[in-house]
Amino acid sequence: MEHQHKEHALLAEDFNANEPRVNWHDETLWWIRQKRDKIAWSIPEWEELRETASRIKHNVLGNLHDYLLEFERKAQENGAIVHWAANADEHNKIVLQLLQEQGVKRMVKSKSMLTEECHLNPYLAEHGIEVVDTDLGERIVQLAKEPPSHIVLPCIHKKKEEIGELFHEHLGTPAGNADPKFLTAAARQHLRKEFIQSRVAITGVNFAVAETGEMVVCTNEGNADMGAHLADVHIACMGIEKIIPQRKHLGVFLRLLARSATGQPITTYSSHFRSPKAGQQLHIVLVDNGRSRQLGREDFRNSLKCIRCGACMNTCPVYRRSGGHSYHNAIAGPIGAILAPNLDMKEYADLPFASTLCGSCSNVCPVKIDIHQQLYKWRQVITQEGHAKKTKAAGMHAMNIVLSKPGLYKTAGGVGRWVMRTFPAVVNNGMNPWFKQREMPAPPKQSFADWYKKNRPE
Amino acid sequence: MSRESILAAIKNNQPDHQALPDLHTFRRPNTGDPAAFKKVVETLGGQVFEIGSYTEIQPLIAEHYTDLNKVVAIQDSYLPGAATQWETGDGRQLEDVDLAIIPGQFGVAENGAIWITENEVKVRVLPFITQHLAVVVAAKDILATMHDAYEERIVRPESGFGVFIAGPSKTADIEQSLVLGAHGAKSLTVFLYTPKP
Repeated sequence: MEHQHKEHALLAEDFNANEPRVNWHDETLWWIRQKRDKIAWSIPEWEELRETASRIKHNVLGNLHDYLLEFERKAQENGAIVHWAANADEHNKIVLQLLQEQGVKRMVKSKSMLTEECHLNPYLAEHGIEVVDTDLGERIVQLAKEPPSHIVLPCIHKKKEEIGELFHEHLGTPAGNADPKFLTAAARQHLRKEFIQSRVAITGVNFAVAETGEMVVCTNEGNADMGAHLADVHIACMGIEKIIPQRKHLGVFLRLLARSATGQPITTYSSHFRSPKAGQQLHIVLVDNGRSRQLGREDFRNSLKCIRCGACMNTCPVYRRSGGHSYHNAIAGPIGAILAPNLDMKEYADLPFASTLCGSCSNVCPVKIDIHQQLYKWRQVITQEGHAKKTKAAGMHAMNIVLSKPGLYKTAGGVGRWVMRTFPAVVNNGMNPWFKQREMPAPPKQSFADWYKKNRPE
Repeated sequence: MSRESILAAIKNNQPDHQALPDLHTFRRPNTGDPAAFKKVVETLGGQVFEIGSYTEIQPLIAEHYTDLNKVVAIQDSYLPGAATQWETGDGRQLEDVDLAIIPGQFGVAENGAIWITENEVKVRVLPFITQHLAVVVAAKDILATMHDAYEERIVRPESGFGVFIAGPSKTADIEQSLVLGAHGAKSLTVFLYTPKP
């Protein structure tokens, strides 16, 4: 198998080289998970809200064709221009053409995971157009020439000292200053200039309402609004699954989104864009990029319910200890691991295996996606299609032989215990992947079957 | 030109229709609590003053803000003598506004959000570009939940742009340290108005 990158386990090994840093990453994300719990439990009807959101999204999946047409019609009545893109390449071409029509060489963009998925920034750079990311976290990773490592907290993997150095190099802040308040103020000044100068603004979309043709964009920083309201042209890029039926359904989703994401009651700004301001152009780019195919996969279509809150990442023991970049995909973590194989099963064959299947992701998901079950199902599909790692396939084959023959299982267990007791170095070495970052347990003196024979009640 | 092929693929692949759930059990009509609203706005980093008349706004602003050079007030009664002619332009003319005092249509007690539309603020960027934001909202216009907001107060789109604002702009992108004042207003003051009898 030819990959353009290392697979998750190896990238996670790089991340794990610095143990204090891994512990810090792990604890920071768990703290956010705890904030989410605290605020979720303060709402008695929380579980009903999750169930309701999941059912609204199910209705959307079953009526997506009609809702998209309704949304398009309403958006056009509101004065927007609607574009359709089958894939990332078509999306990028549409955006490039709009920018070339305006003759701009530099423009602002607020956070949009879709444009990350489509690799819009490098595409525009190849055509001589510079995108300035305006979400603070995204700007930081952009200056560091890295992709975001988390969909809500793009630079969660970075220490403030590293950010101070980046700002010193790119924004001219004093060397050695790593005070978050000072650095945020410096970024505010720097990006205000960009907002004022920019004639085009790209934003993502959190929810698009079929009934009214409006789009809702949620930020804490206010960057989407600063960009969109000052620009002559606002380009909103959205996956086709962002549609919700009616305006009243926003009540359900806005109650769930920020609470699940960061433990806030709501984001600072929930902006409802319906029609362009006087003299402005509003373009909406509807992007498929594999979503209609995922819709047809019965076992995996529920992944399209995702509202991109990131709760599954914050809770995931594997994400917390392996970092977002080890997923080598725009969307990391458990949700990324069930979305990515739909885009390219071979390229992302490793991701559904980057999980303990503990189910915590499914338990916190605000739209009740059965994430861990889909991870398990993807493993089977990937193995059947022949994309599983050869060592993993061989191991599973050996396990299958041993576990299906009780006599062989008994003998193998006895041999294994004797080997571990007599020659511990055989398992406690770097060749055994289970030994990495772990101590192997002491081998038991007898098997469970022997213990049970002796101890079972008469 | 992918519209038809995308729509055809969706029609072919979408699951069977399932009915939309009922949202009425989530409604809490007539239970909006201004005290609860105030508490949430404060936890979000905003400050709340209860006033009985708009004439109380000016002394409170004099007491709590320094270095205000340019103040925009949507109603003259909020702050007599505030800037005039600020509406003309593409929004960039508001770059140097220090404080904007605007009306909010209603507030939501569960999350401290205030609904503001283009109809009131006239220039969309005003509540974001101003260094500091103050919103006047009537205590009788505090609703309990977001469901009440959408079903009672914003049933139909009545404006090209509307926004819920909850607290000052903020970020925690640097090591999860909360910093107020990202790109939007650095502070939020709410004047919770109950007319004196």
